[in-house]
Amino acid sequence: MSEVTGIWDVIVVGGGNAALCAAITAAEAGARVLLLEGAPKPYRGGNSRHTRNFRCMHRGPLSVLTGSYEEEEYLHDLMLVTKGRTDESLARFAIRTSEECLPWMEAHGVRFQPSLSGTLSLSRTNAFFLGGGKALVNAYYATAKDLGVQAVYEAQVRHIGIENSRFTHVEVEIAGGPRQRIEGRAVVLASGGFQSDLDWLTRAWGPAAANFLIRGTPYNRGVVLRDMLDQGAESVGDPTQCHAVAIDGRAPKYDGGIVTRLDCVPFSVVVNRDAERFYDEGEDVWPKRYAIWGRLVAGQPDQVGFALIDAKSIDLFMPSVFPPVKADTIAELGERLGLDGQKLSQTVDSFNAACRPGRFHPTELDGLATEGLTPAKTNWARPLDTPPFYGYQLRPGVTFTYLGLKVDATARVQHPATPLENVWAAGEIMAGSILGQGYLAGFGMTIGTVFGRVAGREAAAFVNSGARSNAA
Amino acid sequence: MPLDTPSLAQEARRQIEICNACRYCEGFCSVFPAMTRQKAFSDGDLTHLANLCHNCRGCYYSCQYTPPHEFDLNLPAALAELRQDSWERLVGPRWLSQAFHSSGGLIAAALVAALTLLIAVLSLREPGEGAGFYAFLPHEAMVALFAPAFLLPLVAVALGLRRYWRESGAGPLRLRAVLAAFTQAARLRDLSGGQGQGCNFEKEERYSNARRWFHQAVMYGFLLCFASTGTATLLHYLLGMEAPYPPLSLPKLLGVPGGVLLVIGTIGLGWLKTRAERKLGAARVWGGEMGFIALLGFVAATGLALYAATGTGWVAPLLAVHLAAVLSFFLLLPYTKMVHGFFRLTALIAEQTLQARKQG
Ligand SMILES: Cc1cc2nc3c(=O)[nH]c(=O)nc-3n(C[C@H](O)[C@H](O)[C@H](O)COP(=O)(O)OP(=O)(O)OC[C@H]3O[C@@H](n4cnc5c(N)ncnc54)[C@H](O)[C@@H]3O)c2cc1C
Ligand code: SF4
Ligand code: SF4
Repeated sequence: MSEVTGIWDVIVVGGGNAALCAAITAAEAGARVLLLEGAPKPYRGGNSRHTRNFRCMHRGPLSVLTGSYEEEEYLHDLMLVTKGRTDESLARFAIRTSEECLPWMEAHGVRFQPSLSGTLSLSRTNAFFLGGGKALVNAYYATAKDLGVQAVYEAQVRHIGIENSRFTHVEVEIAGGPRQRIEGRAVVLASGGFQSDLDWLTRAWGPAAANFLIRGTPYNRGVVLRDMLDQGAESVGDPTQCHAVAIDGRAPKYDGGIVTRLDCVPFSVVVNRDAERFYDEGEDVWPKRYAIWGRLVAGQPDQVGFALIDAKSIDLFMPSVFPPVKADTIAELGERLGLDGQKLSQTVDSFNAACRPGRFHPTELDGLATEGLTPAKTNWARPLDTPPFYGYQLRPGVTFTYLGLKVDATARVQHPATPLENVWAAGEIMAGSILGQGYLAGFGMTIGTVFGRVAGREAAAFVNSGARSNAA
Repeated sequence: MPLDTPSLAQEARRQIEICNACRYCEGFCSVFPAMTRQKAFSDGDLTHLANLCHNCRGCYYSCQYTPPHEFDLNLPAALAELRQDSWERLVGPRWLSQAFHSSGGLIAAALVAALTLLIAVLSLREPGEGAGFYAFLPHEAMVALFAPAFLLPLVAVALGLRRYWRESGAGPLRLRAVLAAFTQAARLRDLSGGQGQGCNFEKEERYSNARRWFHQAVMYGFLLCFASTGTATLLHYLLGMEAPYPPLSLPKLLGVPGGVLLVIGTIGLGWLKTRAERKLGAARVWGGEMGFIALLGFVAATGLALYAATGTGWVAPLLAVHLAAVLSFFLLLPYTKMVHGFFRLTALIAEQTLQARKQG
């Protein structure tokens, strides 16, 4: 391919939010930028194309964001979900920089819209993209193109060439062609996590991972991450863990995205394959408990769960894309879901018998709890007694993996033996530096935007200073 | 995709259920806020959503589920097909509309030619005694031709709109809803992309206001021409002033800019249509829509030519052609893209009514 020959100033590996922010920033600083996206054009944009919002600090109303959301509160929210497993100074840096990101994003073509219906609770903390993440990705590709960035699709990077602590070239296969070498003066690694490599996931998590569904792109297989770790780059984040939520079991293996999410758990009785309950469905309001259910279902036999509701609750949550299985009796519902109907009836009967009268309030912790039942349901416990009954199959849906490359505040990839001169990383591939565990809605895009811009700026500055010293 | 009503509705329903679980496109247009009112969609709901859609295509280029993704989303096309079908079903007779949409250009051309001939024959058989245009064709003959040709198609459309209103379940009309809908239509809000950046019609994922502006030219050009004809009728009957009118008269002051806008707008819309992806609209009616745009542009162009020809020997033939074009336009009205204006406006009013009712 003649279009990619010659020496590039900055090579960006990946084609999602972090990659695009880096490419745009570097090009604006005057660098000649090549962006290598592993996916074909219709699937460009990685997991970023599935997103809906980003979490943004602001000291007063900003664009579509209401009220204010200041550094301490943001950090507090992050500390809660990561249970302190974060690098505080990096986290503060990301949080503080998020405020200037929003106007930058708008200036580079991203449009925001008010919080979507059904997500009012996020209107203060999260700015929603008009049209979602794919629209954001489109806007960035258009901006990058106007700036002269050369984007190549179906460009699978296999190896990052590093000689004497210095990046020299990438090895890439374009459109299934032979492996070729492309030289560059600096590189930004923004190729996401490894969650789509099921073998790797299975090695890390155990055989159960074979039954996991991957919520996002099939193209994030961690090839570059693996290659860098093999070359001695410093890693961060729990290598055995992934972020998983409970999604509709009928979702496609990859790329089902947002519409496969199920928000019905707090109003449900959830059982496993053996028609037995296994956890408190009403532990907390759903957004806070969203993330633990992936892991809970992953821990059950066959990695499957079943959420059962009755007619009283069917309108209390956002619709999912697949219609529920429906029946007039619990036993029949059980059979239709492939469970032992008799046993399910018994489970539901004893649940119903443990329910107590009281005030039910769907949007707050109402304390309506079961009595004498293990495990208890501590909120929203109403008997399943009003047909028709509905059931959804639940499976773990992986969002991302935690293992990544360790970076410093300039997004430079860390190497314990010899510091790398011209290698930066941004986005999911380094998110473990800040998100050791847990997840805060909208923080993935914040990390990608903040560090993508830093990486692009640093890489261009490196190239520019090199160009000057060479010329001198 | 089979093109019978139930299959079209089922496909639209499948896609809308995906959108309703996603809602990322909420800020683009009136369709998404209307969608979130319900979880299950009756055929009437779907007809209503389809008629709210202006085919801006924002939701196609922004969608993470478009082909080759297995969810196979192409909402603009699904709604366009259903919408087209709804006009054919609600206005009828369906075969007329289908005929026009399969060979619109040909039908329009043939009709204009036939009517030109008819008018010419009429004018030869009963040369008028009046002055001006009426010297060519007597006033009574013009009225006898135009009144039914104008009124009958409008009655057909009105009946269709009434059926639409019932299907949408909007209930009693509210004045506030009408005003709000007219404001939306006047600004073509649903082609603005929600924020004024425009739509994704001809530049793929980039926004552009070209279609909105050309459509505004057509809409306001048409309204000006209509107002011109209206004032001319009033002048005729109330003040006894007969056509042709001098350059500084109301009919001319309204009609000439109107005609110019119409010509510019129709050329622009036709050009954009050649640049946009066909598979994001109702592909089967592409030709008919082009035929309609051509007819509308032809009406305006012959009108302007007629004005330019004042005092020359060209008036008689040009008048015959222009009158035939206007007549064809009205006769074909219920079966061409022209119905979209009536249905869009009704859908917006129905939507405003439904929203107001929901808020109590
Ligand atoms: C369904 C879903 C919804 C989400 N919603 C949100 C949300 O609303 N807000 C939020 O903040 N976060 C959300 N996230 C998380 C968010 O998607 C990520 O944090 C973010 O997109 C990471 O951006 P990135 O650029 O690092 O990675 P990605 O956007 O995944 O980009 C990685 C890119 O690298 C490319 N690539 C991979 N390997 C190679 C290779 N070897 N060679 C070349 N290219 C390669 C991929 O094709 C892809 O383009 C969501 C995730 C999912 C799955
Ligand atoms: S068109 Fe696609 S992105 Fe838009 S709401 Fe529908 S499913 Fe979501
Ligand atoms: S094509 Fe435009 S008007 Fe139609 S539903 Fe999509 S966004 Fe709305």
